[in-house]
Amino acid sequence: MSRDRTLPILGAVLLSVVLAGPLLPQWALFLLTIAIAKGLVALGLMLLLRAGLVSFGQALYYCAGAYAAGSLGRFFDISDMLVQMLTGAAAAALLAYILGFLLARYRGIFFGLLSLSLSMILYGLLVKSEALGSTDGVNVLPSTVLGIRPSQEWLRYVVVVVGGGVALLATALVYRYLRTPQGQLAPAIKDNEIRVEYMGTSVRSAIHVLYVIAAALSGIGGALAATTVGHIDPDMAYWTTSGEFIFITILAGTGSVVAPFLGAMIFGIIHTVAYDLSPNTWQLTLGTTLLLVIVFLPEGLWSLFSRRKGA
Amino acid sequence: MAVVLDARGLNKRFGAVTAASNINAAIEQDSVVGLIGTNGAGKTTFINMITGYIKPDTGGIFYQGRDITALSPREITRVGICRSFQIPQLYSSLSVFEHMMVGLGVVLHNAGLGGYFSRGQPNVPGHDAPAPEVAERILERFGLADYRDKNAQVLPGGVRKLLDIALTMVAKPTILLLDEPTSGVSAEEKFGIMEMVMTAVKAEGATVLFVEHDMEVVSRFAQRVIAFYDGRIIADAAPEIALTDPEVKRYVVGGALHRLDEQQGAPNA
Repeated sequence: MSRDRTLPILGAVLLSVVLAGPLLPQWALFLLTIAIAKGLVALGLMLLLRAGLVSFGQALYYCAGAYAAGSLGRFFDISDMLVQMLTGAAAAALLAYILGFLLARYRGIFFGLLSLSLSMILYGLLVKSEALGSTDGVNVLPSTVLGIRPSQEWLRYVVVVVGGGVALLATALVYRYLRTPQGQLAPAIKDNEIRVEYMGTSVRSAIHVLYVIAAALSGIGGALAATTVGHIDPDMAYWTTSGEFIFITILAGTGSVVAPFLGAMIFGIIHTVAYDLSPNTWQLTLGTTLLLVIVFLPEGLWSLFSRRKGA
Repeated sequence: MAVVLDARGLNKRFGAVTAASNINAAIEQDSVVGLIGTNGAGKTTFINMITGYIKPDTGGIFYQGRDITALSPREITRVGICRSFQIPQLYSSLSVFEHMMVGLGVVLHNAGLGGYFSRGQPNVPGHDAPAPEVAERILERFGLADYRDKNAQVLPGGVRKLLDIALTMVAKPTILLLDEPTSGVSAEEKFGIMEMVMTAVKAEGATVLFVEHDMEVVSRFAQRVIAFYDGRIIADAAPEIALTDPEVKRYVVGGALHRLDEQQGAPNA
């Protein structure tokens, strides 16, 4: 059996970003950071998908993480992006822990639509909330790291490197989780829940744990997006945002923890190019891409890599 | 011998149907008990009540003196009572080896081993070896080693049955309930499968209750037979006595026993 090189590959990618980053244009750094943020959400969705669950409302935790980060600046004047990401993860995880008692009881379409409706409830609450800027949202303070405020020209570089570092750490933790007995349970849950119960473990609590991990990842992603964009609004919880995350997850496939980041990057590129070429029909390009992936690569883009490895 | 499992006065009704009526059975340690009866006689209801899948309306189930009536299936598995299924309950996307590893993972997890922060490969409780080694050992014992990397979906019927039973062994059960271990298996394979299962199970040292329709299999492997009819136990004795009981012959065995008698050259009453 060949040794799994997932984490060294991710480390090499981050290192190349660190080295090549100063040479990249600002827009590319921005695109990269957003891809990392969305990749984190997709990584969480991948965990749920492995257990057969599709959350149509992951934007709930993306938005919760973003607003947690934004509130730190608005109410406590904290702009440190490490603190923001940690708070985003904690807020999302806490919310998911509470909601998980409800959601872990549902499967299939019920799980999907219930998660969607919860994200729309957050959207509705934010729209009505004056303190959090209602539909206009709020601005997020420019990022600082450990008390240092990078100059304007270096800001995007610092954000992508720090965000990438945190994402790598989070991914490494998930990677390790997938190798624990509990982490390996997900495909079995997807295939045959009754048998899993008869083997002596609780499916519901296993799903609850996965749900909280997925939310924490989304929370980090939301906080990173907030500090990158510098502005947050209720649209981050809107169902089309959740749809985007599912798009990325399906595009990427569930073959590896690297896949969601690759998927998010390709999504970002397709989105940007399509919008550039035809601002009114960019959705057409995205839709066609997804259609082609589903028809020709049902296991997602990652299958291109895993197939080559198997050959 | 010590009683390991004791069912006392179990009653269960589903609407107008009586699935269990005053079921009493004390199962002795290390015994092999055959459960017989026509479809709907109450055999599977009995197994489902023991494993916590359905709760009796009245009565109690005791495992080594402990009341387990109210426990859930997963709690009963943890106590040491495992079951196989009439229709094999497998994981269609996993290989045979992965089935074992998932099962052993649950055992490790329940014992608080192999968690997020643990290093290396801990020994699986009861097996005294790391999970991959135990998995290979069980597969070997059940004749599944050749299918190790095959996906569960492509396995032939008899192999699926064996895998379903092998999967129960990861938890090192003290009591094993086999629900029709040879159903859906060709006549030629039946004895081979039962032989292999019984040898493997006995090597692990478990008490066995098995549901079976083939009276030849029952008389060959069971030390004791409990016959069900209409939710009641109509006979509970050694096979040679139970299978010749007039009521059992009338309601359960039917033609099967005649064939058995002819084969064994026994006089047919």
